[in-house]
Amino acid sequence: MSARRMTILAPEGMLGYGIPPRSMAEGMRRNPDALAVDAGSTDPGPYYLGAGLPFTNRRAFKRDLSMILEAAQARRIPVLIGSAGGGGGTPHLEWTLDVYQEICRERGYRFRTAVIGAEVDKDWIKAQIARGRTSPLDLDTPLRAAEVDRSTRIVAQMGYEPFMRALDMDAKVVIAGRAYDPAPIGALPMRAGFDRALVIHMGKILECGGAAAYPRHGSDSLLGFIEEDAFIVEPPNPDKVCTVASVAAHTLYEKADPYLLHLPGGAIDLTRTTFEQISARQVRVRGTRYVKAPQYTLKLEGVRRVGYRTLAIAGVRDPVLISQIDAYLENIRTRVAETYPDGYRLIFHVYGRDGVMGRLEQVKEIRSHEVGLVIEVVADDPDTSAAVLALARSAGLHVTYPGRKAIAGNLAFPFSPSDIKAGEAYEFNVHHLVVVDDPLELFPIEIIES
Amino acid sequence: MGPMRRTIGEIAAFVTSKNAGPFLLTLDIVFPDRATYERFKALKALDRVTIAGLYGLMAEDVLKIIEFDPAYAVKITMRRPIGSGALGESDVYGAQQHVPLMEHAVAWEDT
Repeated sequence: MSARRMTILAPEGMLGYGIPPRSMAEGMRRNPDALAVDAGSTDPGPYYLGAGLPFTNRRAFKRDLSMILEAAQARRIPVLIGSAGGGGGTPHLEWTLDVYQEICRERGYRFRTAVIGAEVDKDWIKAQIARGRTSPLDLDTPLRAAEVDRSTRIVAQMGYEPFMRALDMDAKVVIAGRAYDPAPIGALPMRAGFDRALVIHMGKILECGGAAAYPRHGSDSLLGFIEEDAFIVEPPNPDKVCTVASVAAHTLYEKADPYLLHLPGGAIDLTRTTFEQISARQVRVRGTRYVKAPQYTLKLEGVRRVGYRTLAIAGVRDPVLISQIDAYLENIRTRVAETYPDGYRLIFHVYGRDGVMGRLEQVKEIRSHEVGLVIEVVADDPDTSAAVLALARSAGLHVTYPGRKAIAGNLAFPFSPSDIKAGEAYEFNVHHLVVVDDPLELFPIEIIES
Repeated sequence: MGPMRRTIGEIAAFVTSKNAGPFLLTLDIVFPDRATYERFKALKALDRVTIAGLYGLMAEDVLKIIEFDPAYAVKITMRRPIGSGALGESDVYGAQQHVPLMEHAVAWEDT
C-alpha cells in the first residue's frame, strides 16, 4: 500500500434505521475503501435474540442494504456487516441472507460473499465451564451448565479475526453473525497493518454512524480516515459537524468506563488520547493505546424464555381510586389468586407513579390527576397467561373499594380487544466471558456466490 | 439565606442514562465547557453514597464514578436492579433513568 491512509464509510449506526441519501452520496464522493455497518445490539432487549427475529423492519432494512450494495457494486469496494439481523444468531443470519439474496437477484449483483456464524453450541460451552474457562461479566453469578441448558440461544461476539480471514478469502461482501460492534469497521485497515489501537478506537466511533456528530438527530453516516498515527472523523452530511465535544462525548456512550474499552483479546486505553479540531467539521484523534489481554476472551450472550406474556392497558381518572391504588391492586391480586393460586407472574405497571423507574423511583406520591395502568401476566403457556390476564382485567374493572362512587367500572380501556397477546417473553441469562485458544474457532466462515 | 443551589440539569449541557450492556446503567453528565466542568469537579459533590441515595440503591451497587476530561463529562455506572427486559423491568433501553441525577441540587453560585 503506497498512501498510508484508508477511508471507511459507516453509512449508518444501525443497518435498517435509514440512510440519508445525501449523506451516502457525499460519503461516496470521498472514495471510501470499504463500507461497514453494525446491524445489531442487545439494547432492544432479550426478545429478539430468543425469538430469532430482527428488531429492524424488513422493508427499511432492504432499502438501506440496497443503497450500500449499489454503492459497493459501482466502486468495487467491500461491504462488511456485523451482528446481522440484530441478535447475530443463525436465524438472524438467515433472515439477512434472504433479504441480501433477494436484492442481488432483483438487481443482478454477484458478489463473492462470506457468511460467518456466531451461534455457540451448548455442549461446547458446558465443556468450557467444566474447564473453568468462563467468567461472569457485570454479574455476580458464574455460568452454570443448567443455565446453559435453559438458554434458548447463545451467541458469541466475534472479534476482528473472522472478518480479516473472510477478506483473506477474497470475500467482497462479509455478512457476519454477532460481532464486536467496531470489528466490521476496522477489519480492512487492521488487515492492512494500521495501528491496532487507532483502528479499534475509530471503529468505536463509527459503529454508531452519525451519532458522534452534532446536531444529533436521526440516523446518519460517518466517515473515518485512518493514517499512520491518527484518525480523523467527519460527517458526510454537510449540515452536521464533528467537534471535540461531540466525538469525546460519544466515547462515553453505553460504556461503563470511557478510559478502558474492552474487546476480544484486549482493550484500548484512552488515558493519553487527544481530540483535536482540525477544521470546522473534522476531529483528529491520536494517542490511544492497545493493551493486550493475558488471555483471548469472547463475550457470550444468551437468553432464556420465561413464559408467554399477555397484557392490558387501562387508565384511571377517579381520585378516590388513585388515592388508594396500592390497596386496589392488592385486591385484584388476591381475587386472581383465589382462582389461580400460582404458576404465573402478575405485574402492575403504574404510570404516573413508578411505571418508568420501578424500584429506582424515589418519588412515592402520585401527583397526576390520572394514572396509566399496564396489567401484565407471564405464564408458562399462552392459554394460562391469557386466562389469568382476563381475570385480572375483569377484577380490575369491577372490584370495589372504600368510598367508591363509580360503581359501573374502575378502568378506562383505550382498545377493544383489551387483552393483548405479546407472545414469548425472554430474559438475558448468559452475559459471560469465555477463554478461547483460537479467535476463529467459534465462527465458521462459508463462502457463497450471491 | 444559605448558599445558592443549582440542579445538575441547570449546570450541565446534557444529563443522560443508557444501558451499558443488559445489566448495567450508565449516567453521563456532560458540561458545556472546561470552566464549568472544572468547577463542578472541584465541588466533589458526587460520591457513591450520594448517587445510591438518589436511586434507592446500596452504595456498592454504584460501581464507578469517572471524570472524563476530554468530554468535560462525569460518568456514573450502576447495577440495574433488574436486567434489561427481564420480568418486572420498566425501561429496556435504560434511557429514562436520569431524572434523579438531573434534579439533584449542588452548591452553585451563579457567576
